[in-house]
Amino acid sequence: MIIIKAAYAIEDVPGDDEAFFAFIAYPIDLFEEGSVVNVFASLVGNVFGFKAIRALRLEDVRFPIAYVMTCNGPPQGIQVERDIMNKYGRPLLGCTIKPKLGLSAKNYGRAVYECLRGGLDFTKDDENVNSQPFMRWRNRFDFVMEAINKAEAETGERKGHYLNVTAPTPEEMYRRAEYAKEIGSPIIMHDYITGGFCANTGLAQWCANNGMLLHIHRAMHAVIDRNPSHGIHFRVLAKVLRLSGGDHLHTGTVVGKLEGDREATLGWIDLLRDSFIKEDRSRGIFFDQDWGSMPGVFAVASGGIHVWHMPALLAIFGDDAIFQFGGGTLGHPWGNAAGAAANRVALEACVEARNNGRELEKESKDILMNAAKSSPELKTAMETWKEIKFEFDTVDKLDVIHN
Amino acid sequence: MSEVQDYPSRLSDPSSRKFETFSYLPEMDNDATRKQVEYIVSKGWNPAIEHTEPENSFGHYWYMWKLPMFGETDVDRILNEAELCHKANPGHHVRLIGYDNYKQSQGANMVVYRAPL
Repeated sequence: MIIIKAAYAIEDVPGDDEAFFAFIAYPIDLFEEGSVVNVFASLVGNVFGFKAIRALRLEDVRFPIAYVMTCNGPPQGIQVERDIMNKYGRPLLGCTIKPKLGLSAKNYGRAVYECLRGGLDFTKDDENVNSQPFMRWRNRFDFVMEAINKAEAETGERKGHYLNVTAPTPEEMYRRAEYAKEIGSPIIMHDYITGGFCANTGLAQWCANNGMLLHIHRAMHAVIDRNPSHGIHFRVLAKVLRLSGGDHLHTGTVVGKLEGDREATLGWIDLLRDSFIKEDRSRGIFFDQDWGSMPGVFAVASGGIHVWHMPALLAIFGDDAIFQFGGGTLGHPWGNAAGAAANRVALEACVEARNNGRELEKESKDILMNAAKSSPELKTAMETWKEIKFEFDTVDKLDVIHN
Repeated sequence: MSEVQDYPSRLSDPSSRKFETFSYLPEMDNDATRKQVEYIVSKGWNPAIEHTEPENSFGHYWYMWKLPMFGETDVDRILNEAELCHKANPGHHVRLIGYDNYKQSQGANMVVYRAPL
């Protein structure tokens, strides 16, 4: 006889009179090795459509180390990426190129060049940018690569641009990835939910075999993870990405324009980066998770952040993160290069202050004002973004407090 | 149109070259460098000093100054080695590294003496 699965515990959901936590155990032999596709077919398959169940949400999954060892994981991981890109002791800086739709490849390359020469480490294709009539992928790749090469020669620092290889078919995706490698790009990008877990796992293996970094976008995640009583929690989507493979993953910012409770975000950031994460209900983590020696994933904070957020971002995320200021770079009244320089100066000032033992969030104003004395770009950025705030309550809160 | 300031970076100007962490801030004075050394020691990282000609700074491998100071926690000794390296190589960038032997990576890496232009 084969036991398919067994609910071994039922608990009340604190603060919710209509829902329960059910803890379900599965035998490991039910799952194909190294296949998050197969895991999801069981865990979030037809049970989510059962007539008898009004709503169902996958809150967390404990992946046994035996299963983790069968997955390829991040192609390079945090430490190798730091070595390849020569970035140490600080978070990395990025920017999504805007306007997201409509620029020609040559004008797009110009925007990339300005950001990189100003001091950013990376720029990024918007997720909407694939290969549309206004800018075909191959033209974009060529112009962006020229921008990277010149910015590297000019600044003496290593630079990259996440070339989005997300495509209508896997064959086309690999064609774009091969070309990105051929022209010398250090990194490519994939949208792992719209592109699909099968494509993502294959692309991650390709990156590992070809020495390429892989940036992961998460378009469509909010459809799946935002409803507090139905769907899949983002911490599960994050764990699945670490197994499927990616070197960066968007995690929300806590402080910007996008949804994300602070403690819950800290929880899934740990799940992406650390080797062993303890159960901690106050951060929404239901199980100990042992990743063994599987490399970690950089947490990417992106969406509605600007220079005033820098101290808080460093305090929340620490060094193993990438802060991506889109409007917060490109909106600088003196242009992209000045916007990039402002963010770079602010970041380095915050890192120095942190290393000196100062309290970033309490002393944020003083730290930034002091840094702006030697940077007219930063001074102007601070005046530009002074009044922009996103003060909305979080929709999906942790279920930890009783009524 | 409001007043716009030009961004002065040039391929032809060696002063446009940067060298990663803290190179967008003014050069550190002795007191600021001491605080960074204290940070490295407090983290339990192994300090090391490296240097290079500015024109070769893009490469991953700079010249090691002697050997990494495995287990060294004396802030004055570390600062002294950086100064000795600077005096022996006055035209070079000198950087301070903190090797994190748990992560097998560098927890800190910063230029503490900038080559004169």
